[in-house]
Parts: sequence; structure tokens; C-alpha cells
Amino acid sequence: MKIRELLMHGVFFIAACASILSVALICLFLFANGIPTIGEIGPLKFLLGTEWRPGNNIFGILPMILSSIYVTAGAIIVGVPVGILTAIYMARFCPPRIYKIMKPAVELLAGIPSVVYGFFGLVVLVPLIRNIFNLVDGQTMLTASLLLGMMILPTIINVSESSIRAVPQSYYEGGLALGASHERSVFFAVLPGCKSGILSAVILGVGRAIGETMAVIMVAGNQPRMPKGLLAGLRTMTSNIVIEMGYAADLHRQALIATGVVLFVFILLINLSFSALKRRADA
Amino acid sequence: MKRMKKDTLSLILRAAVTLSAIMTAGVVILLVGYILIKGIPCLTPDLFAWKYTSENGSLMSSLINTVIMIILALIIAGPIGIFSAIYLVEYAKRGNKVVGVVRMTAEMLSGIPSIVYGLFGYLFFVKALGWSYSIMAGAFTLAIMVLPLIMRTTEEALKAVPDSYREGSFGLGAGRLRTVFRIILPSAVPGILAGIILAIGRIVGETAALIYTAGTVAEVPVWKWTGHPLRDLIAPLFSSGSTLSVHMYRMSSEGLHINTAYGTAVVLLVIVIVINALSSFVAKKLSKADGGQ
Repeated sequence: MKIRELLMHGVFFIAACASILSVALICLFLFANGIPTIGEIGPLKFLLGTEWRPGNNIFGILPMILSSIYVTAGAIIVGVPVGILTAIYMARFCPPRIYKIMKPAVELLAGIPSVVYGFFGLVVLVPLIRNIFNLVDGQTMLTASLLLGMMILPTIINVSESSIRAVPQSYYEGGLALGASHERSVFFAVLPGCKSGILSAVILGVGRAIGETMAVIMVAGNQPRMPKGLLAGLRTMTSNIVIEMGYAADLHRQALIATGVVLFVFILLINLSFSALKRRADA
Repeated sequence: MKRMKKDTLSLILRAAVTLSAIMTAGVVILLVGYILIKGIPCLTPDLFAWKYTSENGSLMSSLINTVIMIILALIIAGPIGIFSAIYLVEYAKRGNKVVGVVRMTAEMLSGIPSIVYGLFGYLFFVKALGWSYSIMAGAFTLAIMVLPLIMRTTEEALKAVPDSYREGSFGLGAGRLRTVFRIILPSAVPGILAGIILAIGRIVGETAALIYTAGTVAEVPVWKWTGHPLRDLIAPLFSSGSTLSVHMYRMSSEGLHINTAYGTAVVLLVIVIVINALSSFVAKKLSKADGGQ
């Protein structure tokens, strides 16, 4: 009896260590493959090089880094205002009857696979952008930003909504008692009370947008050159990996893995700021 | 309450939130409506043909592979995720250093984008362990990906079990292990189930992590009996096989099978809708059970 208890205690403990092991393995394999490659190419040449020509052994990923940042910024501009305002609507304005429909709809948006989003972008948004702006090709930074903006909506809405709901009711009532309207109380008394919650929603959205792969590949055009504005195609770090990994060999393949390492570092920084913010909100 | 005349700013704010909500609803309706209306006519018998050929673009083999992938990934991640949640909630003592590290790493895992998982799976399972592009490599990669999800939902389900259950069980002389398996787990089942359903949703929708681990071949593993039960069962899983999402990406990027892509999108959408309905049904069961105490 005693032995079985001890044994299972050990089993549970080992299971708990699985996630530590996973993170350790992921870091080990990515960094062990990526860092030497970056060293071989030259850190400055790799990170700040403006040309990506694997055929000539030129591996500069600045275009992809910038593209990732631009597309993410675009997604934030599109998705954050709509997402936060929708969250406010759902938490404070929505009649229960509509909420019963809205909530599952947002959950559905969260569950739709990214390739379905990408496909939707390809058959709807790309022709739309092409026709509106009279372009040869509708696969542009604008298209990718719009699509990513849609994709981060559920993340922003869910996290913001629950943080708005967590604000004590007395804030709202205090606003009303001072003669403010319902709208003014919500915006100027309740919202400042959940600033950090909404900020973490935005950070999670950034993480989702910068890591998104399939949807971006299908609508962004994927030209490996410096981004040339809203109405031109670009290639993010994530797409770069998926597009070329299939046929890359030797240093080219290593350079793609190193691209993944750079992306990984970006994500780690974003996560770090997220948990720092959460700790401050908890304290 | 008497309706007061609202000032301009209030009206503008109200208009802004209403408009945004309408936009969000519009995105959902547009997306789902478009795929369903354009896609349902594409659901031809050809699409469900038993064998994939480049003419019919059948999704059947990918559908079967998706089911295999779900089962495998859950066999790996399910027990590990549930056990580690049990450790965190029921066994770890207050101030245990390991707990903090486990929580931190689980949080890290849930933030890693799927393409990074794909790269890791390629480097570790496909290359370092020499499994080549295989369903097994894909399943292990996905298992790591859904592990934090299962852990977190199980943890919440375990925490929701009232302490009086534990005290009652200990009071009757049951050990910790018996308490966990006989008392706590049974009452946490709906919460754990909801987490597992969410995990299934992520597995079904995943593409980027699978392209370079499970590969893109639209073929089902073939099981043959040669007299070694275990080897016969596992060996075919080391062949490449695409899931529905991967199949859909391939069909739409090759551009030849746009109808197949539409049809697959409908099937994926239906699966997601069913999964969401199922998980909210389970969650409702859960809250009813809470109310009944």
C-alpha cells in the first residue's frame, strides 16, 4: 500500500516534469542548430542583411523581420480597436438575448483553423483588394493585415471581456452616482480599472499575429524582398520557413532554422512582457 | 428608470461599441456563410472516395489520418497532462519550487507558435530520432503542443472540487492515491473532458506544425498481421500521412483542386462547430452539477 502511494507520487512528479523537459528540448534543439548557423553567416549579415538569395549563399533576414513586424502592427491596428470595443459591448451593453448568440460566435471564430482563414482570405479578400486598388496582384501587406486582424479578434475579445467583468461593480456605480451616463461610466470609470488586462489582451494578440503562418502564406504574396508599402507583397519569418524548408539543404536549411530561432526569441520576449504584466496586475 | 437625454459623447461611444459588435458579427457571418454557401455544393461523392488520386482529390484518407492523429496525440498528452495537474494541485506542497517552474514552462509552451513546434518536431523526431516524416512524429509534436491546454483545464477542474470531498475521504481513512482516483477525479471529469475537447479542436486545425513532421502524403497507414502484435500495431504509424488541414493547404496551394479545398473547408468548419457545441454542452453539465450540490 505504502509502496503504491510512493510509486504514484513519483509518476505524477515525472509527468509534471514533462513540460519542463519539453521546453528544455525545444530550446536545446533550436539554439544548438540556429546559433552556430548565425555565427557562420555572421550575426550582423544575417539579422541586418537586406537580401535573401539562397542560390548565392546570401542570407539576410531583415526583410522578413520587418515584414513580420509590419504585418503584426497592421493586424493590431485592424483588430485591437474593434476587439476591445466588441468586448466592452459584450460585457456592458449587450442584452442577454444577443449575448447568447455573440459568445458562441466569438468562440467559433477562435476555433476556426488558420488554413480556413487563409483560404477565405485567398478567395475573398485577395480579389477584393485587387479590385478596389486596381492592382495586378491582391496579395499585399494590407490583405495580410486585414486577415490577421480578423484572426486575433477572438483572443482580444475574450481576454478583454473577462478583465472588464473582473472590475468591481462599485466603480461603475460610483460613476453613475456622480451623474455620468452609462456610457461615460463604462469608458471613464470601468475601463481605466482594467488597463493591464486589456494590455495583456493586446500582447497575446501580438503573439498570435507574429506567429501565424498558414493564413499569412496564403495571402501575403511572399516576395523575399524589403517590404515596399501597404499595397505590395511581403514575406514574414514564418512563411519563409514553411515555403523553403521543403527543398532547402545544407546552409540554406540551417538558415531557415535560424530564422525560426529569431522568431522564437521574439515570442519569448513577448511572453516575458506578458507575464511581467500579469504579475504586476496580480500584485 | 426614466430615459434621460444623452450627451453627444455618450451617443458616440454607444455607436462605436455597437458598430464594432456588428463588425465582429459580420466577420463571423461572412466567413462561415461564404464557406458554407460556396462549399456545400462541392461536397461530391468523389471527395469522399476511399482512395486519393490526383483526379478526385479525395479527403477520405486525410480524414482517417486526422482521427488517428487525434487518438495518438491524446494517448500521449492526456495522461501526462492530467497526471501533472494532479501533481500540481493534489501533491505539491505550498512553496514547492518545482511547481513554479512547471507553471512557467507550461505558460511558455502555450505561447510558442505552431511553426516553431514544427521546426522542433522536424529537428528532434524526424531527424535526431530518425523517424522520418511520419504520423508518429506529428502526433508527438502535437502532443507537446496541446499538453499545456490539458494541464491548465485539468488543474482548474481539480481546484473546483470542494475541499470537503478530500477531507471526507481522508477522514474515512482513504490514502491520498485512493482519494485522487476514487473521489476527486470522478467529480472533475466534465472539466477535464472540456479541456480534451478543446485539444481535439487544436489538433484538427493544426497545419504548420505538421507539414514538416507528418508530411503531406494523402495516404492511410496500412496495418498488416505478421504475428508480432505490438510491432504490427505501431510500425505502420511511422509512415507519412496528411491530416485534413494539411490536405486543404496542399489542395489550395496547388491551385488545381479549388473545389476540394472548398469541400474540405466545409468539413473542417462542421467539425469545429460540433466541437464547440460539445464543449459548451459539457461545460453546462458542469455548472449544473455545481448547482446541484
